[in-house]
Amino acid sequence: MKHRIWFKALALVAVLTIVATACADDGGGDGGPGAGEVDCATVEFGCVEVGADEPIKLGAAQVISGADASLGQDQVNALELAIDYLDESFDQTPGTLLDHPVELTVEDELCSAEGGQTAGTALAADTSIVAVVGTSCSSAALGVADTILGDKGITLISGSNTSPALTDPELHNPFYARTAHNDRIQGAIGAEFALGEDLGATTAATIADESPYTQGLVGAFEANFEAGGGTITGSEQVNSEDTDFKPVLRSLAEQDPEVLYFPIFVAACTLIIRQAQDIMPDAELIVADGCLSSDTLKNAGPAADGVWASSPDLSAFQSDEFYSGEFIPAYQEAFGSEPLAVFHAHSFDAANVVFAAIEEVAIDNGDGSLSIPRQALRDAIFATEGFDGVTGTITCLDTGDCATDVTIGLFLAPGWPVEGGTDDPAVYTDTKSLDEVL
Amino acid sequence: MAPSLRGGTLAGTEAPHVAVARLGRFERLPWRRIILVVLGIVVGGVVVLGTLRTLGLDRVEGGYSGGAWRDFIVQGAAQGAIFAMIALGYSLVYGILRMINFAHGEVFMAGAFGSFFFADAYAKSGFLNRSPLLALAIVTLVAVAVSVGTAVLLERLAYRPLRNAPRLVPLITAIGATLFLQNAFRGFFGPQPYGYPKPTVLAGNITVLGVQIQRTQLLVLVVAVICMIVLQWFVATTRTGRSMRAVAQDREIASLMGINVDRVIVVTFAIGGVLAGIAGVLFSLSFEQVQFTMGFRPGIAAFTAAVLGGIGSIGGAALGGFVIGLLQAVGPPLILTGFGIPSVFSLKDAFVFLVLVLVLVFRPGGLLGTGEAEKV
Repeated sequence: MKHRIWFKALALVAVLTIVATACADDGGGDGGPGAGEVDCATVEFGCVEVGADEPIKLGAAQVISGADASLGQDQVNALELAIDYLDESFDQTPGTLLDHPVELTVEDELCSAEGGQTAGTALAADTSIVAVVGTSCSSAALGVADTILGDKGITLISGSNTSPALTDPELHNPFYARTAHNDRIQGAIGAEFALGEDLGATTAATIADESPYTQGLVGAFEANFEAGGGTITGSEQVNSEDTDFKPVLRSLAEQDPEVLYFPIFVAACTLIIRQAQDIMPDAELIVADGCLSSDTLKNAGPAADGVWASSPDLSAFQSDEFYSGEFIPAYQEAFGSEPLAVFHAHSFDAANVVFAAIEEVAIDNGDGSLSIPRQALRDAIFATEGFDGVTGTITCLDTGDCATDVTIGLFLAPGWPVEGGTDDPAVYTDTKSLDEVL
Repeated sequence: MAPSLRGGTLAGTEAPHVAVARLGRFERLPWRRIILVVLGIVVGGVVVLGTLRTLGLDRVEGGYSGGAWRDFIVQGAAQGAIFAMIALGYSLVYGILRMINFAHGEVFMAGAFGSFFFADAYAKSGFLNRSPLLALAIVTLVAVAVSVGTAVLLERLAYRPLRNAPRLVPLITAIGATLFLQNAFRGFFGPQPYGYPKPTVLAGNITVLGVQIQRTQLLVLVVAVICMIVLQWFVATTRTGRSMRAVAQDREIASLMGINVDRVIVVTFAIGGVLAGIAGVLFSLSFEQVQFTMGFRPGIAAFTAAVLGGIGSIGGAALGGFVIGLLQAVGPPLILTGFGIPSVFSLKDAFVFLVLVLVLVFRPGGLLGTGEAEKV
């Protein structure tokens, strides 16, 4: 019998070797050739050819219809401003990049995995697209748009995806990056706040729904809350289209948690705020930026008073001279309204990171046409370091996170920073980097 | 107990045994029955084991107090009452036309949404709190009018032209009507949720027979039970009710007996609309929020309830609604907690549909159905 064991061991080694070789091949693209020595005919993923009179095409996968349309439209507006600003001034005439105009191709990602699939496929099929800014919602990117575009060597860079899963080393697509904050930090600061002096809680319960956004936040909150010495007394998952959360709340109330953390979107979040009034009157309620909306305050009425909401504290760059003195007036002049949501600045930065990388890697063929190697473009975006953006200094990590230090504030309703709120300053703010949180 | 809209079963329709010569003893064993019995024992065992283990848990270990069970039951019954009222609309129409009116969930949504604008205006003017009874009566009338209007228009425009088409055609039309209605409301009023006002008399709790229950939950239960009793009476004793039962048994013969079949069908849709409108107001008062998508999930739950109870049967739809509501609230914590499953409520819907499948395996016609399989 002994030789059989040897046989198995040998087979195992052989299999491992094959796997290791395969993996090594995958990662081999990272150290791609520099711009000077690229041969478009042989390089992996090839080059985007831009003819002498043709525009450079930038894709956008954003939600522009349905309940979350304002989130995506706000970013599409920001991308148009970024194209306008290519000539270093907001004058409502588009600037040029390497003497080529830049054209925006927008696809609707519907804030869902299905929409991400459709939008990703449509953009990936267009071989003239250089890079894509998007998606608006993590669910449209995770395992859908990031994979579809990544398989074609098209870099996807998002200004509003915050789910930790997207840049988790095990799930990260090498062609995915983001200038939005990673919710590991928002969840961690939520937990820090719950444990800290203001609430002084030691027990908490959580509710997530089916979206990667809420699951990421809840995961980060739970890990950091427990690491800080707290106890999670219960965690439930609901469906965002449900309306009756009373049994769920009643079941969590059995353990008398001091804090209830439910970073869910507006409709379900409002229902939980109302229903928790009767069932968990003593618990402190904490929600996240997905619920931080004027609709929540309006529909929950007095029940919303005293609810905490965590959100990236944008006041740091909102007082910035460029942002308040140039960007916002240009936005108002071009689109006739205040910014619709919070992520326009992040998408503006994402577009500029892409433009800077194109300038770095594009090969001038001498006849006015350009060749942009996809792999080198991706590498240049990921090599961004100390880029001076509107939202702060941008440095991209290997895992795709380009916003490494994030300031999160906790706001107490009705003092939320939204229309209809009293706009009080954050009760608690903290800045953390990704290395400091779990 | 409940007069069934469906006719009685025909006796002796069992297929004659096909005689096959020289079957082995093994093949003659009643395999279908054996599998059913084994499945029944397994399911029963899991339920009993889970329940015992859950009840044996201490509160510190994740168990529940008596108060929690009482609240689960009240919450489940209140939710179930609304499902039951919507389910009656599915069941009535099925009983008469043998068709699933999938758009019924949107009829419910239309009523709730329509009444929102009146309720909102009354709340802003203070009328809602000054004379809540009158205000709610008007709001309910509006909801009923909108729901009945929607249901009758659906019948006239979408279903009547297809009355004699194959069964699949009106079913697909109904799904189309669902999408049309949802998107029409989204187009008119936007995708955002609206806060539905509730008069202050309905806020807070009330003690009934020693049990604390929310005033809205009590209102939901009382109104739902009254509606069902009235419906039962209507179908059992009035002339129109008798015509409905006649059309349900045989449309052609009923027509030959001088019954105006078209009128009966319109009345059936209208009754479904009345119930959906009232359910819409009760739902909105309970959850204080309306949105264009609000009809979809309650519609699915109510359809499930109608099938579970025995589609075509009035008592069955009512029973099915309550069973689904209770299963969603009580089932997951009672049976799943004992097995140490985390986030038991995330399995709420899976649990309900598992029960539906099991009920249909043992009683193909549903709980109060005729006992024979019904293809829906």
